[in-house]
Amino acid sequence: MRVNVLSAGTVASDVHFPPTVEEFFPPALGLDGWLTKFTLYTWVAVAVLIIFFLVAYRRPTLVPSRAQWIAESIYGFARDSIAVPMLGHEGVKFAPYFATLLSFILLTNLYGIIPGIQISTNTHIAFPIVLAAISYLMFNYIGIRKHGFVKYMKNSLVPSAPWYILPLLIPIEFFSTFIVRPVTLALRLFANMFAGHMILAVFALGGFALLNAQTWYIKPISVLSWVMAIGLTFLEALVILLQAYVFVILTASYISGALAEEH
Amino acid sequence: MLLAEIEGSLSAVGYGLAAIGPGIGVGIIFAAYIQATARQPESARLTQQWVWIGFAVVEALALLGIAFGFVFQ
Repeated sequence: MRVNVLSAGTVASDVHFPPTVEEFFPPALGLDGWLTKFTLYTWVAVAVLIIFFLVAYRRPTLVPSRAQWIAESIYGFARDSIAVPMLGHEGVKFAPYFATLLSFILLTNLYGIIPGIQISTNTHIAFPIVLAAISYLMFNYIGIRKHGFVKYMKNSLVPSAPWYILPLLIPIEFFSTFIVRPVTLALRLFANMFAGHMILAVFALGGFALLNAQTWYIKPISVLSWVMAIGLTFLEALVILLQAYVFVILTASYISGALAEEH
Repeated sequence: MLLAEIEGSLSAVGYGLAAIGPGIGVGIIFAAYIQATARQPESARLTQQWVWIGFAVVEALALLGIAFGFVFQ
């Protein structure tokens, strides 16, 4: 449904409502098509993280400066609330990767509500797929390195159950551990960001669509639609934090499962 | 002869049905956390991380519903 407005245009003259998936993906910026906005935003996110953490720790003092305190809080959260509760004392080895993963996912998710950018790079499923693939390779490699391939497979696939149910349980365990885990890691992050963006787009564009209504008494409802958009932006902020935390803590949980001894 | 006809998006109906399960699931998770904390307040810190893991795993199903709503058009 395309709403055309021929009024003395205070609003966009051609509001496409409801928004479709095609509108998520902006046109390429140049350089033969591979430089899109998403590429640029990913580069910016990586640059911001590297520069921030390097600068914050350039001259560490006992009483931290504000940047140092923020950097230490992120690392401390990753270590004390994610790595150590899941992995115990060995978790400290993984804490730098978890801190990096947490802050990268947080930053790329936050692009979704930063005005001007308002599209998270994780709405393109390629990015969560890569992050989930890294976690998948990581927990498998760590498990195989610790236990050896055969013993690791036995630990993962053979639950402690009577022998006659095992032919049913082992395919289920295989499917659950080696197929569902990486797929849902990627899909969860992607779908949360995708759905959040769609919701915000629906309420924002819906406000314009209501504003362009034919009858005068429907037009004020557009304000309600925009108030909902603002409220849902706060909800989206909560979802952003939660999804970054959940991705990292699930990775930690899978690693601790891979490292665990036999039941 | 058509007795009745429904027009519109079937994937929207599908998503609505798919959201029932995760809605109940998330309610159960938080109800369990609240009850456990009411019985033994010291355990709140210990169980809190499982609340978020459980919530995310259940919510993943609801979000698969949204995402596949666009895939199955």
